[in-house]
Amino acid sequence: MTRHIVAAVGEIAPGRSKLVTVKGREIAIFNVGGEYFAFFNRCPHAGASLCRGTIVRPAEITEPGTYRLAADRQMLRCPWHGWQFDLRTGEAWCDPATLKARNYSIGVESGAALATVPHAAETFPVSVDQDYIVIEV
Amino acid sequence: MTIDVLERKPPAETRLKIIDCDIHPTMGSLSDLNPWLTKRWQQHIVTYGEFVRQGLAKTLSHPRMQPAVSRADAWPPDGGLPGSHLPFMQEQHLDANGVAFGVLQALRPNGNSQRNLEFGAALSSALNEWQLEHWIRRDKRLKGSIAVTQEWPEAAIKEIERHAGNPDFIQISLPPRSDEPLGRRRYWPIYRAAVEHNLPIGLHVSGVNGHTSTASGSPSFYIEEHHNNVQSMQGLVTSLVVEGVFEEFPSLKVVLIEGGFGWVPALSWRLDHHWKKMRDEVPHLKRPPSEYIREHIWYTTQPIEEPENPAHLIDLFDWIGWDRLLFSTDYPHWDFDDPHTVFKVKLTEAQKQQLFYGNAAKLYGLG
Repeated sequence: MTRHIVAAVGEIAPGRSKLVTVKGREIAIFNVGGEYFAFFNRCPHAGASLCRGTIVRPAEITEPGTYRLAADRQMLRCPWHGWQFDLRTGEAWCDPATLKARNYSIGVESGAALATVPHAAETFPVSVDQDYIVIEV
Repeated sequence: MTIDVLERKPPAETRLKIIDCDIHPTMGSLSDLNPWLTKRWQQHIVTYGEFVRQGLAKTLSHPRMQPAVSRADAWPPDGGLPGSHLPFMQEQHLDANGVAFGVLQALRPNGNSQRNLEFGAALSSALNEWQLEHWIRRDKRLKGSIAVTQEWPEAAIKEIERHAGNPDFIQISLPPRSDEPLGRRRYWPIYRAAVEHNLPIGLHVSGVNGHTSTASGSPSFYIEEHHNNVQSMQGLVTSLVVEGVFEEFPSLKVVLIEGGFGWVPALSWRLDHHWKKMRDEVPHLKRPPSEYIREHIWYTTQPIEEPENPAHLIDLFDWIGWDRLLFSTDYPHWDFDDPHTVFKVKLTEAQKQQLFYGNAAKLYGLG
């Protein structure tokens, strides 16, 4: 596992996503209300580009006609067949025990801190005054 | 959500050659048909609009899975509905997936379900011109299905004759949910015309006939309604066979589009079982029902059956006949099947060639 700088903070606005390529792999980066999530850009069901997916709250249903949106859980919903994956764990809504969308550890680090540790930067220079989105692949 | 993405393009040499038997072109509004509608019908749209046998005529009977029934990534970047912009369809689907030919299924407006038959015929006729003008003449890969009003066979035949012989139209489109089961004699003139002009009948799930979509009443959920398309298909196959349509028209070809295929072996076995005991009720049937089904009916693959053991798909193909399955994507609809991932089982190159291209090329005379 190596750490990769994939974007500068501010580059992906809240509610948006960006596709990056790390070690030849397409990875979709999501900014959800200021928090970042990273997924392998291929739905395990039929291969759709998850980068084009939407972030939704799953419906919690107690009986037909009665439902509410989950307060504490968000899902990445595939743009094609609507398969949903837990934003934090990648587990599939329909089969959490055996099926998941591959996700990656992601975080924000300062340029100053990054200057002191080894990492593989993408195509841009790192400034010590800027914060960066870093994933482990 | 606005996003930045890279487009994936598989290397050319690994691409499959594909005939996609189900692509949906979309229009912005009914007024797009005005160039081919008389003043009377243009005014009719403004004053009265469509009238089909359900409430809320402008919507679908059940709320759909996705807005515009479409893939979330199929909205053209320049605006408009999914399936409304040819250059984007070319980029996202026809070019990207190596589609050699695409069969258009223009479903709306549904002239075939209008209560006002003259209006329905005018809409169907205009829809055919719209397919030609906006799609077929602009991309040689695209082929049309002739929209007709099956409840007014004389008008349907006139429409068929207007386009028969034009290689841009490769089949006649009927709705599986017609007013009566499609084997009834009132529809036979249409089959006679189909046979005369050597055009298959394409039955894409559609039709608003006022009947509940199941024999036990109206479904509550979209998941039920979606599955009930299978019941419509089973009903019409049974009707076509038992009424004797294939005895009367031995060269008639029927394509069931988006109605699944996993049910075909079970229906065939069961009909044969009954026929052995009750054949004196239907003496016009000279052979077991399964033989008519095997000989006259083709099936598009989308939405693909996904058995728990993927290898069971092979059993299904064996039972139905490998030569009767036609690949389809349903682009840009949400339940799209991707040609690269659709069959979750190992197929030989010859089998792939047959499913993705050969069967449709032979049936429709393409390539």
